[in-house]
Amino acid sequence: MKQHILSVLVENRSGVLTRVSGLFSRRGFNIESLAVGTCESPGMSRITIVASGDDAHIEQVKKQLNKLIEVIKVIDITERSHIERELALIKVNAEPGKKRSEVMQIADIFRAKIIDVGQETLVLEITGDTGKIHAIEDLLGPYGILELVRTGKIALQRGASTISPGK
Amino acid sequence: MKTGARILIDSLKEQGVDIIFGYPGGSVLPIYDELYDADIRHILVRHEQAAVHAADGYARASGRVGVCLSTSGPGACNLVSGIATANMDSVPVVALTGQVPLPMLGNDAFQESDITGITMPVTKHNFLVDDSLRIPQVIAEAFYIAGTGRFGPVLVDLPKDVLMRTVSPDEILPGVPDLKGYRPTYHGHPRQVKKALELLRESRKPVIYAGGGIIAAGASEALCRFAEEMEIPVTITMMGLGAMRSDHPLNLGMLGMHGTRYANYAVTECDLLFSIGARFDDRVTGKIDEFAPNAKIIHIDIDPAEIGKNLTVDLPIVGDAKVILEDMLERLEPEDRIIRKSWLEEVGKWKEEHPLTAGNGGGLHPQQIIREISDMLDGGGIIVSEVGQNQMWAAQHYGFKRPRQWISSGGLGTMGYGFPASIGAWFACPDETVVLIAGDGSFQMNIQELGTVVQYNVPVKMMILNNMYLGMVRQWQELFYERRYSYTELPFVDFVAIAKAYGVPGRVVESEKDVVPALKESFETDGPFLIDFRIEREENVFPMVPAGAAIKDMIGEHVRQDVGGEPVEQEAD
Repeated sequence: MKQHILSVLVENRSGVLTRVSGLFSRRGFNIESLAVGTCESPGMSRITIVASGDDAHIEQVKKQLNKLIEVIKVIDITERSHIERELALIKVNAEPGKKRSEVMQIADIFRAKIIDVGQETLVLEITGDTGKIHAIEDLLGPYGILELVRTGKIALQRGASTISPGK
Repeated sequence: MKTGARILIDSLKEQGVDIIFGYPGGSVLPIYDELYDADIRHILVRHEQAAVHAADGYARASGRVGVCLSTSGPGACNLVSGIATANMDSVPVVALTGQVPLPMLGNDAFQESDITGITMPVTKHNFLVDDSLRIPQVIAEAFYIAGTGRFGPVLVDLPKDVLMRTVSPDEILPGVPDLKGYRPTYHGHPRQVKKALELLRESRKPVIYAGGGIIAAGASEALCRFAEEMEIPVTITMMGLGAMRSDHPLNLGMLGMHGTRYANYAVTECDLLFSIGARFDDRVTGKIDEFAPNAKIIHIDIDPAEIGKNLTVDLPIVGDAKVILEDMLERLEPEDRIIRKSWLEEVGKWKEEHPLTAGNGGGLHPQQIIREISDMLDGGGIIVSEVGQNQMWAAQHYGFKRPRQWISSGGLGTMGYGFPASIGAWFACPDETVVLIAGDGSFQMNIQELGTVVQYNVPVKMMILNNMYLGMVRQWQELFYERRYSYTELPFVDFVAIAKAYGVPGRVVESEKDVVPALKESFETDGPFLIDFRIEREENVFPMVPAGAAIKDMIGEHVRQDVGGEPVEQEAD
């Protein structure tokens, strides 16, 4: 079971996300994360889906996605040289004093940004691959993570290659 | 100025629509008002489910897109099983549904249902039209999607205010599809086509496995020519029946759960399975690991997602069955024409040793009835079946001669499909004799359509194979549940009296000698006719591959041991 990052270019019409996500549940495919937003082409959106399965399974997922009328292109980004990022916001206990400075040091090492300072808390913004986010999560754990929210993974191919048709 | 409803009618006419099967209601009143004097014929059914099945039957018989229309809410919901039926069997249907006005959408308004949400998994695509100006474009896209590539149903949901709004004609967007993400492939990749011919050349024991894709693509003639040129035996799925004449020497008939023994043996023994427009459904393959275990597999399908879905194939070719077969025929070299004498003899021997049998002695045997109908119509007509034993007997014993002659719900197995589909089929082919083969159970699922038959004098010949059971389920209970007939027995119903009440003539047949005279009377009667055949109650459909078994392991009648077929106890689980 390998993790695959599928990048799906779709026409930006109402219901398209339901069609894509509905297809996964209907055919028994699991989504580990999903991120969606508009992209460089007007009227289009790009959905990044992380799913795991053996090769035949992923092949079938890609084919079924391609059958959706509003899906323009599907690529398995994991097969190509690529970069991937997630973003997480972490609200962590950080009482003024020693604990707060320790948390700020960890943030610094991970190149996380402190985007909110409260009486007893800090909110950190961190981007990176899944491993990096897990690592900071582990380190902040002992201080007490009050809330954590993360985006799904997004990814692009390296270099000049793009998903868009005709390019 | 034009209303949305008027634009809709014009757009439908633009698509060549001349008949719609439908049922009116509040939210589609604007459409019905336009239909009142439009030159599109509207057939009023008695239940929306019948509208979609009729549109489906029309599409299967004619090869054109069938159209049905219902109101919002319950009307739309009643279409769902029919849409799912068309989806499973890749039938081009456009379903038009009314919807509550846009401002009320999502408010649980009277007769509101989220029909695009409900039908998303069972349509090829669906639309909720939110702008009257886009109606021509959406209709053009709906017909294009339904009737190209792998065919399928498309639903168009039309809110009432979109239908009522008046717009100036020059604002309306043109009826031209704009579908960036939809480009079906028709031509097979030349390298793959060449490889297929190479594999065929190397094969000593090839079998062609043809499915409904042959009918859909209009590839029957190409299939027969190819099989004849190469002398390759052909087995056909239930969906493909009629693709090759039943009495063609190379035709092995149906394969799978209720296939012929010789087709199942041939598939089990072959070294090359050449699949064209079929999808390796579980009713065909049985235990998939033991399906064509010694064979390389070539798989032609217009839908890339079918390739590798159920089993791994050696050579996929994506494209249209007719285009690819014609391409292959053109590329045939004299050395491709190999006569595989010993293989043909082997298959011929199986065919001779294990013919399909009709019950004999005592009672009335349904297989015999089907054979009589076939003889009387000389294998002509359009045969529409319900689902269950009636369907399998008809599929096994009718002598089909041409494509689009056999209309039956395959993938979804929808009881209640046949009767309304037969009505649709007759409207598509009014010069054909349309015969419905039904069971007493499934006939009662849409029996109300007797009203439609009478209203339009649809001359469907209704043959009810009446065993006072839900026969196929009873058969499974007999074989696999120790004859515990749990809720499968049906009480006596006087079908002839019901027909009479609607004004349809009918007759009861209880013994073999009355079969032919009754059939004669039905075919000689102008208009509809019903025959209530009181058949042997516990007649089974044989041969049968128990669910999950290998297709070589059939039960019923005699069994061969030398291809590894294990006789399965009929009482076995």
